[in-house]
Amino acid sequence: MTHDLTRWSAARLADALGRREISAVEVTQAHLDRTAAVDGAVHSYLHVDTRGALEQAKAVDDARTSGAELHVMAGVPVAVKDVVATQGLPTTCGSRILAGWVPPYDATLVSKLRAAGMPILGKTNMDEFAMGSSTEHSAFGPSRNPWDLDRIPGGSGGGSSSVLASFQAPLAVGTDTGGSIRQPAAVTGTVGTKPTYGGVSRYGLVALASSLDQAGPCGRTVLDTAMLHAVIGGYDPRDSTSIHAPVPAVVRAAQSADVTGLRVGVVRQLTGEGYQPGVQARFDEAVALLVDAGAEVVEVDCPNFAYALAAYYLILPSEASSNLARFDAMRYGLRVLPEGIDDPSAEQVMAATREAGFGAEVKRRIILGTYALSSGYYDAYYGQAQKVRRLIADDFTRAFEAADVLVSPTAPTTAFRIGEKLDDPMAMYLNDVATIPANLAGIPGMSLPSGLADEDGLPTGFQILAPATHDDRLYAVGSALERQLVSRWGGRLLERIPELVPAGGSDDQHAGATMGMAR
Amino acid sequence: MTDLTAQQDVQAGDEVGSTIESAPQAVMSWQETVAAYDPVLGLEVHVELGTATKMFCGCPTAFGAEPNSQVCPVCLGLPGSLPVVNEIGVESAIRIGLALNCTIAPWCRFARKNYFYPDMPKNFQTSQYDEPIAFDGWLDVDLDDGTVYRVLIERAHMEEDTGKSLHVGGATGRIHGAEFSLVDYNRAGIPLIEIVTKPMTGAGERAPEIARAYVTAVRDLLRALGVSDVKMEQGSLRCDANVSLRQRTKKPEAQADVAFGTRTETKNVNSLRSVERAVRYEMTRHAAILAAGGSILQETRHWHEDTGVTTSGREKSDAEDYRYFPEPDLVPIAPTVQLVERLRTTLPEPPAARRRRLQATWGFSDLEMRDVLNAGAVELIEATVAAGGTPAGARKWWSGEIARRANVEGRELADMGVTPLDVAGLDGLVQEGRLNDSMARQVLDGVLAGEGDPRAVADARGLALVSDDGALAAAVDLVLAANPQLVDKIRAGKVQAAGALIGQVMKAMTGQADAAKVRALILDRVAQ
Ligand SMILES: [Zn+2]
Repeated sequence: MTHDLTRWSAARLADALGRREISAVEVTQAHLDRTAAVDGAVHSYLHVDTRGALEQAKAVDDARTSGAELHVMAGVPVAVKDVVATQGLPTTCGSRILAGWVPPYDATLVSKLRAAGMPILGKTNMDEFAMGSSTEHSAFGPSRNPWDLDRIPGGSGGGSSSVLASFQAPLAVGTDTGGSIRQPAAVTGTVGTKPTYGGVSRYGLVALASSLDQAGPCGRTVLDTAMLHAVIGGYDPRDSTSIHAPVPAVVRAAQSADVTGLRVGVVRQLTGEGYQPGVQARFDEAVALLVDAGAEVVEVDCPNFAYALAAYYLILPSEASSNLARFDAMRYGLRVLPEGIDDPSAEQVMAATREAGFGAEVKRRIILGTYALSSGYYDAYYGQAQKVRRLIADDFTRAFEAADVLVSPTAPTTAFRIGEKLDDPMAMYLNDVATIPANLAGIPGMSLPSGLADEDGLPTGFQILAPATHDDRLYAVGSALERQLVSRWGGRLLERIPELVPAGGSDDQHAGATMGMAR
Repeated sequence: MTDLTAQQDVQAGDEVGSTIESAPQAVMSWQETVAAYDPVLGLEVHVELGTATKMFCGCPTAFGAEPNSQVCPVCLGLPGSLPVVNEIGVESAIRIGLALNCTIAPWCRFARKNYFYPDMPKNFQTSQYDEPIAFDGWLDVDLDDGTVYRVLIERAHMEEDTGKSLHVGGATGRIHGAEFSLVDYNRAGIPLIEIVTKPMTGAGERAPEIARAYVTAVRDLLRALGVSDVKMEQGSLRCDANVSLRQRTKKPEAQADVAFGTRTETKNVNSLRSVERAVRYEMTRHAAILAAGGSILQETRHWHEDTGVTTSGREKSDAEDYRYFPEPDLVPIAPTVQLVERLRTTLPEPPAARRRRLQATWGFSDLEMRDVLNAGAVELIEATVAAGGTPAGARKWWSGEIARRANVEGRELADMGVTPLDVAGLDGLVQEGRLNDSMARQVLDGVLAGEGDPRAVADARGLALVSDDGALAAAVDLVLAANPQLVDKIRAGKVQAAGALIGQVMKAMTGQADAAKVRALILDRVAQ
């Protein structure tokens, strides 16, 4: 295999680091060099922490030299989505209103990364406050899809997906409120898991919608993703909604890849009409491969999924309108003084700051949420959406009586072109139709690559859903499918990604490079 | 933490609809007010719990600390921070609910109350809305004449306090007219329990008295529960008084059918006396407006202790929509029956029953007991008696001399620097005949001045009644010899004339004599 450390899996890096065949500084520097070469074109990062990452790497190397017992992941670098608070490192959530804010504390998951000795390479780009499916709503410009730089890398976690697909990091942390880990994974040919709600602490995640938000691991392989999941997961007394139980045995499940006798439920409502033919074709093939691996296939009905998008777009804006109220220029972040007012009041400063600091999509959702919670409308909107949410959870409960896991395509289409859906919020929202139900019900979900669509040669995603707290099933099924696909492809999908030229080069060099891909 | 800006340099703005009323407001006489109108009263009491840490984070709650020294990412509402419920706060809330004879909710949630204000870090207050922890209770309140008024409790719910704004540069100390504002977030997140009464009707002219008596009863109850230091002047107990008037009907039985009038909510009522005065003032102000054909504006009003009036604060309008929804960052509170019953066993004797028991034990008259209650001296007398003092002596000191001094200095009895043990010692010196009243007061001066315990002060200051009968007899003889006409009067049966002689003897003894003894000696000599 290649000597380019950026092409290695996290599992292989961890193994080689443990054997002292490579150093953490070497690994970290290789990824930083890669970023210097390609991130000008991809724009995965909002901030790169060269010094901090190398310091952590050196500390790991020193500790290893002195014979200290280290975490299995010590020295494996990771990128973190910019919605996660990192002490001493800017955290903007892709918003002007937080430009320059440096949190005085670490999110719990960041503390866990640091405790494991994983160098944090930087903070990845995202749609502003995680509102979007493309990163086009980042106040600092979109990230690009390494498969085709004219296309979106998914969103909101497009920075975390593109950073993996462009080999700038072996692992990344994302957050998923309605699909922000899984849809970016799908459109970039990478893997991403939204754990069970409460499986990874939300402490330090700047909240979009508290009852839906969940941080999770992103990687290039199912095993890598499981290894990161094991680091960041687990109970946190600082998060009341965190699950008081050990992390499911995700790594062991990924290693076992055992699906013998497992009942795989295809969700009727999440296939067929509305799905791009190439996406549907790769999905059908993947299901057949799971049968080859020993699984049983059943079809399940989730009739209330039809209302999921509507319920989601009431609950999310409602919670977001309240969560984002704290950005008022009083204590931190941007402060804009209104023009033409000599002695502005606190309220006028708040208004001017929020007007200047928030982008259009954020304002749209704040207004929507404020309206939905208003007295006289609450029952009809927020209250009704909560009832739908219960019905969707009931649909899942019934479906999981017939099947051990549920599967669907992750997103209805492959990556769309930058700008294509920017003026049509509804079309953008529809991209999350298959991922949203899991957030509403709090169950875990994973997306892994199922191939490339015939019509555009772009990656397609395969979604696996499991009952709450059974995250390990995602990894068993994902790993089994991944083995089948890799063997069929004769290598990993990402080995087929077009080579990116160093930053500053022309950006049309890769046109057509993805055609003729075997599946 | 350089981000935690303590000082705000934003210009303070007007509160919505804020006006300062300069012209004196018309009020109706009290007699006319209660003759023409029937008041409906609602009281909201906010109590800061005395938990060691805040409601949703681990920050300390000590009063008076350096501004913004007791803060963390959670109570500052920094992005990404999350609340965690203080279990002791919940237990305190349940105990308060039980003591108020409420039903305890088997399952309830926190809710977000959304509005923008600079001293509220998240721009929503974590509170409870339609699912309070305790509801449907009552509290029996003793009135001055010994009758009991039952106040029905609507609910008691948990919430967090806001930060504290200090408006600098204005004349009033309020946001209006201020040059800038400082915000101290030490108070942000301190657990509060809000106790809300059902509308109280039928109080009539006794409404102000009932208001005061209710807040007093709640204070005593909370103090007995040990959940708060209930200091109104420090804001750990705050009262908002809702007042409305309706036309009095000719037939009293028809009164209940008359709809409630528009209410005002008076804030900044920081003493028990103010509760009574503020309710009374608002009633007379409403009456004047209604009698003149005007209508009451639904608004928040501020009570001014010094001038004894209320002024308009925020106008409550339809625009004020708090957009309550269940707090998604906190899991529901579901106290088990076992927990509730365990907490029930920790409830103290109800204050009213306790008062009756103590009054009987101590042998106080109703009037004496009322003085004791008004002085807030029950616990101190109890402790003094426990320390060996007599009930009568303890009462005399605590609700007399010490209460008078506390009143002058505007302090709490318990903060006067004299302990129940001191008072028991003082009482002991009087009881054993060593000190008379005026000497005992001098000893109290010494104790307050930090000169030591009462016996040490008496020793150091040389305070003791003269026990040398020879010296006393000589002084009496001298005075009798100098006042033959008074002696004759006494012999003629005018015993009260002895008073003047006693005074002269006491003067001659420079106060260090037992007046009763002097009197006996005079009468004895005159009879010879
Ligand atoms: Zn705190």
